[in-house]
Amino acid sequence: MYAFDIERPTTVAEAVNALKADEAQPLGGGQTLIPTLKARLAAPSKLVSLSAIAEMIGVSQDGSAIRIGGATTHGQVATELADSYPALGYLASKIGDPAVRNRGTIGGSVANNDPAACYPAACLASGATITTNTRDIAADDFFLGMFETALEEDEIVTAVTFPVPQKADYQKFEQPASRFPLVGVFVAKHDDGVRVAVTGASESGVFRWTEAEEALSADFSASALEGLSVDADGMINDLHGDGAYRAHLIKVLTGRAVTAAR
Amino acid sequence: MTKVEMTVNGKQVSRDVEGQTLLVSMLREDLRLTGTHVGCDTSQCGACVVHVNGKSVKACTMFAIEADGADIKTIEGMAGSDGSLSVIQSAFQEHHGLQCGFCTPGMVMTAANLLKDNPKPTEAEVRHYLQGNICRCTGYHNIVKAIMAASGQDVSAIAAE
Repeated sequence: MYAFDIERPTTVAEAVNALKADEAQPLGGGQTLIPTLKARLAAPSKLVSLSAIAEMIGVSQDGSAIRIGGATTHGQVATELADSYPALGYLASKIGDPAVRNRGTIGGSVANNDPAACYPAACLASGATITTNTRDIAADDFFLGMFETALEEDEIVTAVTFPVPQKADYQKFEQPASRFPLVGVFVAKHDDGVRVAVTGASESGVFRWTEAEEALSADFSASALEGLSVDADGMINDLHGDGAYRAHLIKVLTGRAVTAAR
Repeated sequence: MTKVEMTVNGKQVSRDVEGQTLLVSMLREDLRLTGTHVGCDTSQCGACVVHVNGKSVKACTMFAIEADGADIKTIEGMAGSDGSLSVIQSAFQEHHGLQCGFCTPGMVMTAANLLKDNPKPTEAEVRHYLQGNICRCTGYHNIVKAIMAASGQDVSAIAAE
């Protein structure tokens, strides 16, 4: 690693102020950023740790929605949402391994927007709102492409708020070495329709499969997907699976998620 | 350099560290607690697992500054002050849960966290919980058996294949 300083503020205001320094970068749980720094793929002058900001940690009920602080770990989400939003709790419980889940945070995951991260699929399918120190951003407007988000410089994800659907399920087809999904599909049945979000598959990052959403909104059953297919163009081709394979997995996993949704 | 203070295995310690100093470097190089191992250095293998405020963490993927004020437990803190092994360590010894021993500190720390949250895990739950700890010698069988035995369950039916 190149040398850098770390600041550990205790409020969002202090963190935003600390990020004004040249080449300063926020540090969530570090489970992606630290390996990146070790590989010398980033050279910040200063890291601003978000792990000591009490107002960004924890889960609370916000009307019919669930608000998760940006510095809340996957492990805490897995435990606390097991009953209130089981599909999201399950998703958190399958990220990485137990030790990684005790450090990695939801804010770090959505801000990084890895094309194979799990949380972006839950955000899109749930119709979540990403809250930063300056504004609220709808998930539909937040994820812009591979590792790209609507976040501005010095903007911190302070919370993510999830409306709880009638039914939902997450299907993760795991790549066992990385523990990221080769393809992951989150299906959520809301009062006003069904949303289907796919991660791990597209070269443009997480996306909604709108044809499936229309079919499932009319008939919420796996058989409603018969006749639909996903175009392999624009899907990720790598040694773990080609684009056609990933496109096929999307349909299979969507069907499984519909059947398993609760 | 930044001053950090933490409790390590029940003792208060204080050190000046650089921003990029990893928790595992501080433990091994400054405190000379070399039981915590560095295997892959990419947060895959789990040889460096320690407890931070009671939670298992990969010490190669956490900065020492982030542990300021924390309560840390390493493999050196698992045995009694008279050197008597903990229940989990004894079970690893009795059931031959190690060969070269490199992964063992991380295995024991992860097992301790599992049994704290889930005192009577099934064999499948043990195997799943160990997904972030890699062993290249044992084939995991006797590690799983040792952890099941440490939980007080009958392991006579878990036969080596």
